[in-house]
Amino acid sequence: MARVVIDVMLKSEILDPQGKAVHGALDRLGYAGVVDVRQGKRFEIELDGVLDDARLADIHRLAESLLSNPVIEDYRVHVETVHVEDGVDV
Amino acid sequence: MRIGVVTFPGSLDDGDARRAVEVAGGESVALWHGDHDLRGVDAVVLPGGFSYGDYLRCGAIARFAPVMDELVDAARGGLPVLGICNGFQVLCESHLLSGALIRNAGRRFVCRDQILRIENADTAWTSSYAAAQHLTIPLKNGEGGYVADEATLDRLEGEGRVVARYLGGNPNGSLRDIAGICNERGNVVGLMPHPEHAVEALTGPGTDGLGFFASVLSPVPATR
Repeated sequence: MARVVIDVMLKSEILDPQGKAVHGALDRLGYAGVVDVRQGKRFEIELDGVLDDARLADIHRLAESLLSNPVIEDYRVHVETVHVEDGVDV
Repeated sequence: MRIGVVTFPGSLDDGDARRAVEVAGGESVALWHGDHDLRGVDAVVLPGGFSYGDYLRCGAIARFAPVMDELVDAARGGLPVLGICNGFQVLCESHLLSGALIRNAGRRFVCRDQILRIENADTAWTSSYAAAQHLTIPLKNGEGGYVADEATLDRLEGEGRVVARYLGGNPNGSLRDIAGICNERGNVVGLMPHPEHAVEALTGPGTDGLGFFASVLSPVPATR
């Protein structure tokens, strides 16, 4: 089993109205010192079996084509948990 | 002439789009998102609404609907395609059009009669208008802010691919007041406001929207 986490954030030059709304709320709550807030998305994908390079490449393709829109967003993939299966450290 | 209107789960304006086609004198054909079939239509409208609940990103899931396989190929081959509002978002997600649409800069859903200026009257969907003609048609969107990088914007402007621009105030933060764009060939047009809601005097602000449907029904030979 492996969990792959994909974080998707709007590119820094793209206006983020949701982040701005959250920032405004923080200001109203009196939380000082916040310079900026950006809101993004986090995907947690659970996979069975072995996470090899080919499957990780598939995840990158998914992240690029469906989970993010490269015109406005950047994504980052990281593998969160990897278990040992069949005595092989995967 | 037969014009298909695709219904996705969550489409809202497919009925109005089919009606607009009929009012303009065409035959409307209902197309289903789940079919790999354009039923031999001569043009396609991707209507407004909230396909797949706008989950993930507006238009991002609709892009992978079965009907889109055929539509993307046909559009690349020159089939006239008009994406209205959510349909515009689907066309951008499908990479048939440049750029993307993001949440309105003012953070509010905007619903109003919007003045537009036609910037390019040579596309498959705007040939019955005159360049610089002003229209008033309804606008209703929460994520209608058109964005693209500077180089893309410059290229769109330079190639005359900005089809319509907002007048009388930018409703959603769209860069360079862009309300609609087209592909290089001019057969694929995306438009954030809703011409299908302005085709009869009884409802809507007038009949200024009819020209989009009339244009595709009476093609002029010289679309690029």
